[in-house]
Amino acid sequence: MMGGWFAEASNWWFLLIAVFIAFSALRVVTATNVVHSALFLVGALAGTAGLFLLLGAQFVAWVLVLVYIGAVIVLFLFGIMITRAPTGPKVEVDHSRRGFAATAAVLVYSSVSAFGHTEVTKVGTGTATDLIGTQLMGRFVLPFEAVSFVLLAALVGGVTLARRDTPGEGEEQ
Amino acid sequence: MSLVQFLVLGAFMFSLGVYGLLIRRNAVMVLLAIELMLNAVNLNLIAFEAALRTAFAGGQIFAIFVITVAAAEVGIGLAIVLLIFRNRRSANVDELDVMRW
Repeated sequence: MMGGWFAEASNWWFLLIAVFIAFSALRVVTATNVVHSALFLVGALAGTAGLFLLLGAQFVAWVLVLVYIGAVIVLFLFGIMITRAPTGPKVEVDHSRRGFAATAAVLVYSSVSAFGHTEVTKVGTGTATDLIGTQLMGRFVLPFEAVSFVLLAALVGGVTLARRDTPGEGEEQ
Repeated sequence: MSLVQFLVLGAFMFSLGVYGLLIRRNAVMVLLAIELMLNAVNLNLIAFEAALRTAFAGGQIFAIFVITVAAAEVGIGLAIVLLIFRNRRSANVDELDVMRW
């Protein structure tokens, strides 16, 4: 059973990427430097994009690379710099109540991973991008428009929240 | 490849996100943990799509929606963190007790 699993070449790729993702995700939540934490998130996202390629979802994989690694992480790094988040080695970035958080995480993991059946996924046959485009403009056109409105609202809301209304008040210290 | 291995990896990533969400003091790091959880959800959606092969590629389209909403969430979230930092000189979530009495 396990020998058959290891005989498949794609499983070795999965194992390699999965170990990389697990390590990166672990470092995201344990790193004491905020910038390191954000950069390890890049690693976890890149590994996930690799798994998407393995699963034949090329379009979503490159959307993930462009939108997340290209835009969202840059936004995070801007946020880290603007809020002067602690980047030194001696700053306490965690609560002292680690046991509670670890217990909650283990509970979530054990409740989510309580399944047993197996299905085999097809590898290598990618989904054509024109199918995604057609479906987005056909069957999913209303959710698509709703999501675009959400993005517009978030854009306007972000600008409204972040701008200074009265110059002079709340200037940099 | 079996479906379960992707689901276990997704569950592991999600649990780490929960752990980070609960343990971080800095609001930006809390948002990073939320991104980790959303990413685990995306992995599950794509894995189920690869297993089920729906005719309308539902899993992939939902993953695109999740990515879009996550981008909006980060924009608004960082704007709120910025505003809190400007008012309170701190972005630590355990020091935000103005709504508490």
